[in-house]
Amino acid sequence: MSNPLGTDTATGRQSQGTPGVGGAATAAAPASPRAAARRRGRAKMRLEIALLSGPAILMFLAFVIFPVALAAYYGFYRWHGYGAPTDWVGLNNYKLILKDPAFQQVLWHNGWILVLSLVIQGPLAIILALLLNQKIRGRSIIRILIFVPYVISEVIVGTGWSLMLQSNGAVNDLLAHIGLGSLQAEWLSSPKLALWTLMGIISWKYIGFAVILMLAGLQSIPDELFEAAAIDGASYWQMQRRITLPLLGPTIRIWAFLSIIGSLQLFDLVFIIWGPYVSSTAGTSTMAIYMVAQGRNAGNYGYGSAIAVVMFLISLIVALLYQRFVLRRDLQGAVTEGDK
Amino acid sequence: MSATTADSFTSSSTEPTAPTGRRDRRDKPQKWGNPFTYFIALLFIGVCIAPVLYIVIGGFRTNSQISTSPAGLPHPWIVGNYISVLKNVTFWGEFANSVIVALASTIGTTILGLMVSFVLARYDFKLKGAMYSLFAAGLMFPLVIAITPLYIVVKDLGLVDSLLGVIIPQIAFGLPTTVIILVPFLRAIPNEIEEAAAIDGASRLGFFFRMVIPLSLPGVVTVGILGFIGSWNNYVLPLYILNSTANYTLPLGVQQFSTEYSVDTAKVLAFTSLAMLPALIFFAIFEKKIVGGLTGAVKG
Repeated sequence: MSNPLGTDTATGRQSQGTPGVGGAATAAAPASPRAAARRRGRAKMRLEIALLSGPAILMFLAFVIFPVALAAYYGFYRWHGYGAPTDWVGLNNYKLILKDPAFQQVLWHNGWILVLSLVIQGPLAIILALLLNQKIRGRSIIRILIFVPYVISEVIVGTGWSLMLQSNGAVNDLLAHIGLGSLQAEWLSSPKLALWTLMGIISWKYIGFAVILMLAGLQSIPDELFEAAAIDGASYWQMQRRITLPLLGPTIRIWAFLSIIGSLQLFDLVFIIWGPYVSSTAGTSTMAIYMVAQGRNAGNYGYGSAIAVVMFLISLIVALLYQRFVLRRDLQGAVTEGDK
Repeated sequence: MSATTADSFTSSSTEPTAPTGRRDRRDKPQKWGNPFTYFIALLFIGVCIAPVLYIVIGGFRTNSQISTSPAGLPHPWIVGNYISVLKNVTFWGEFANSVIVALASTIGTTILGLMVSFVLARYDFKLKGAMYSLFAAGLMFPLVIAITPLYIVVKDLGLVDSLLGVIIPQIAFGLPTTVIILVPFLRAIPNEIEEAAAIDGASRLGFFFRMVIPLSLPGVVTVGILGFIGSWNNYVLPLYILNSTANYTLPLGVQQFSTEYSVDTAKVLAFTSLAMLPALIFFAIFEKKIVGGLTGAVKG
């Protein structure tokens, strides 16, 4: 997912070269038949590369790249999953997607989830990380406990929350007990509330991860900066605004990137709590839910595959734009200010 | 998805350094700080933990307790639900399936990933950049997008409804993160060690088996933990591949159980708690490694 970063560091390193590796093998060989030895060394090296990387590459091509390519191929057919696809429809599936009101609706949901995740979790995570970064006792235990929701599987989170959020579930009961009975609601079935309920569950599950990242980012800021600022008479809030936030920038931007990609591809939680796509109760359905409904449940494999391709393209475009306009600063910073 | 997010974050890691030194220094408690901070911290922990505790504690109640007071505490505490789940053959079958899938795919991903990462980190050849980009791009393909064609591929191989049909794709989809975490680890091994090994007559492969594997152990452990938890929690892949209940892994089992016993809420809660226990224990044991790995990643 953060392939933009990964790739760039890789090429960056490559330009530095891998000194010694190729050289050591040839240097060890006797001097006179150097060319022959080098050739033999080359062949041996190729064999080693093939032996070591072959299995992983084959596996990856067969079970990751090939299925994705297959989805792109099926997307050009009207196909119901029996036999080989024969009914070539060109870009028709994609034209249908653009006009499909149900797809627009699920796309809209993904958009909301994306924006709300950033807006809710981002500031909250920064504030919590700032608070928890102070010198307090029991920090390692705090860190474990806030990470727990993230480690629990989506199925368990979904099952647990749907029991608690039933109309006669624990949440409504608790509200009644603490005198907030007027806030009781149909958390899951009310079309107006469902998306917000989903956002609540998503925030609960993923905020621990965001806080841990921010904490890690905060710890990389040198203490000396704050000491110097304190000597200059800066207040706590001035320090946070002028030192912490700018230096936390790279962490925030990477977290936001992961959150965006995750929001675009959300499936498990929604599927577990609200079940398969039903047009009348589609208050929370995402693109992935609609894709599964079209592909596996309705048997429109061609159309479902086209939706998968659209999802992939949206993620790819977002990732590229984000890399181009937001993450680039960080990459430059990594190269030019890496020594500081 | 969750695990991939965790993993892929680590992918931005450049030089995974052990962050413990600084943290220890800072963690040393000097004095109790601001009470407000503790208040917020406790509140936050409460919000994070309360739903989990609700599931665990709810398993100790009876259904009539739950229906009369959904948010109450057990009175009296009942262990019957837990015992009946622990005696349930289906639970243990699903537990065993989950263990098999998680172990096999973790081992598979780690071994294949280590081999290819070694090539990417220590060999010099033309297609290296392309190979690295290929795996890095793999992070952009989450399982959900490819699931339908993947199902067709698995079906053509005759592996539908078998654990192997889950394990193999799980390994393949785990490779990108593994490669991206391990390559920097392997690159960080000093060339002098390799040269010394060469002088002592070790071939590059000998060097790989005798030196690289032990030296890259911290990275391997991080990759292994992330892989195990990711596989343990995976839902979409088993959902598509496994049909018969005898082959279900725990996530499918939890869902199946909660529909089957939808009236028996207490038992569903007990089943759910027991299903999440292994991942939680695993996490608690290795927490330092995971959080430390993330910390190292951000610092790099």
